[in-house]
Amino acid sequence: MTSETPARPAPPEQIEAVPVRHPGRWIAAAVIAVLAAMFVHMLVTNPVFQWDFMVENMFSEPVLRGARTTLIMTVLAMVLGVLLGIVVAVMRLSANPVVSGAAWAYIWFFRAIPRIVLLFFAANLGTLYARYEFGFPFDQQLMDLFGFEGDWRLFGFDGNEIFVGFTAGLLGLFLSEAAYMAEIVRAGIQSVDPGQAEAASALGMSRAKVMRRIVLPQAMRVIIPPTGNETIAMLKDTALLIAVPVTIELNFQLRAIGSRTFQVIPMAVASLLWYLALSSVLMVGQYFLERRFSRGFGTRETRAQRAARRAAEVGSTK
Amino acid sequence: MSSAVSTAPMVKAEAVHKSFGHVEVLKGIDLEVAPREVMCIIGPSGSGKSTFLRCINHLEQINAGRLWVDGHLVGYREKGGKLYELRDREVAAQRRDIGMVFQRFNLFPHMTALENVAEAPVQVKGVGKAAARERAAELLERVGLGDRVHNYPAQLSGGQQQRVAIARALAMEPKLMLFDEPTSALDPELVGEVLDVMRGLAADGMTMVVVTHEMGFAREVGDTLVFMDDGVVVEAGDPRQVLTDPRHQRTQAFLSKVL
Repeated sequence: MTSETPARPAPPEQIEAVPVRHPGRWIAAAVIAVLAAMFVHMLVTNPVFQWDFMVENMFSEPVLRGARTTLIMTVLAMVLGVLLGIVVAVMRLSANPVVSGAAWAYIWFFRAIPRIVLLFFAANLGTLYARYEFGFPFDQQLMDLFGFEGDWRLFGFDGNEIFVGFTAGLLGLFLSEAAYMAEIVRAGIQSVDPGQAEAASALGMSRAKVMRRIVLPQAMRVIIPPTGNETIAMLKDTALLIAVPVTIELNFQLRAIGSRTFQVIPMAVASLLWYLALSSVLMVGQYFLERRFSRGFGTRETRAQRAARRAAEVGSTK
Repeated sequence: MSSAVSTAPMVKAEAVHKSFGHVEVLKGIDLEVAPREVMCIIGPSGSGKSTFLRCINHLEQINAGRLWVDGHLVGYREKGGKLYELRDREVAAQRRDIGMVFQRFNLFPHMTALENVAEAPVQVKGVGKAAARERAAELLERVGLGDRVHNYPAQLSGGQQQRVAIARALAMEPKLMLFDEPTSALDPELVGEVLDVMRGLAADGMTMVVVTHEMGFAREVGDTLVFMDDGVVVEAGDPRQVLTDPRHQRTQAFLSKVL
């Protein structure tokens, strides 16, 4: 950095070439613009859409309650499904062949059954047994065998009270979801470099700790995108709750208004817009989750690092 | 640096055999590493040197022979002339006192350098979080990374990552450190910084078993040099003697290729 630097050579002459033309892009833009205009024209001119009627009814009290049920059901079914899915996935990867086989059977069974069939079945468990009780297995048989009276039951509930409506719907949806999530979680766990588990065990960490602290957090990066898909699929599958039936649900409520007023199309469009809006909200959630679990991948500066750098910069200017 | 230490050996191997399926990788290894000794193991790839290292902390299970670390049989309990496999928890307890540094670093990518180092003391030894972080910062300072504590592994160079890995192993206060080709995955200009840290450890009296291709390091820092080939120890002795005047033809052939 001396003041007598020799005269720099003149900067090289910038290239000014004629860029490649892309006529295909212009043609495609024109075609799509015309199609879009036709679509908008249809929306505006076709009287069947009844926009005023639709807006008026799509935010009515029962519809809002339906939307709330749909959202709560989606979140609960996914949370329970993910938790059970992690358990089944870890079982599936267990060295114990019985445990691993049981997990395989679970996945095989619940993935094979259509959700609507499962929901219908869950809703009718009250017919299978009127009362469900928990206690010692085969207690009555054992009592009979040894000539005693009575049973060993700890608690129980009425099947016809529990397996209806929301609970039955939740049961069917999350049991089914757990089977799919188990496969997603298994793929995530297997995607983590085996060297990670090795390094952690070399430090003396137990197998459970290696899984919880080292492997699962890294597997999450692989698990989250397909889980986002699952969540959006679940949002839409809440419309199947009609099989239980759960009637305070978004699609049912909108269709009910449609059939009552004979305005089927406006309410179908309202339904479409509602699902579009709700899944957009879920996608925002997915974005933040993905960011949280991609820590350390890529070279994005973290908050702590930014703070440290700023502190250093402030220090150096003084 | 005297190799005639009279105390009990830190590592003792007797006729250690290891097979993967039908492939016999270790064909009877007999070795002793004294406390404070630095043993370097060299040999062609596939000679079984890494496998032997992994047997020492039971990442691989041996098929025959006996292996002791600090007087404890690795992976088994002997009772009435019979061997009993140790439970997972007991194996984990044995590994606590043995630090290991891997060729590919294996840092936890979702944790910062500081979190990598503080993780095991908190999770395994139950050290308080604040104390563990403070100690981790000291260790990172010691390996020359005091200004990188909040970086994620992906933001560090290979040499820096390997130094974090060494600090991570030291955080458990091991009595034995195993190095599995610690500089083989590094760009040549980064090798020196890692070897400097290892040199410091050796000077502080750490017992070390180092599988390496760095002949300079072996000559300068090692107390013993072991040449392995085809699953057996071909030659062992003073590094300067083995490197300059190898007795066996196989050692000569190997050294003529790498030196």
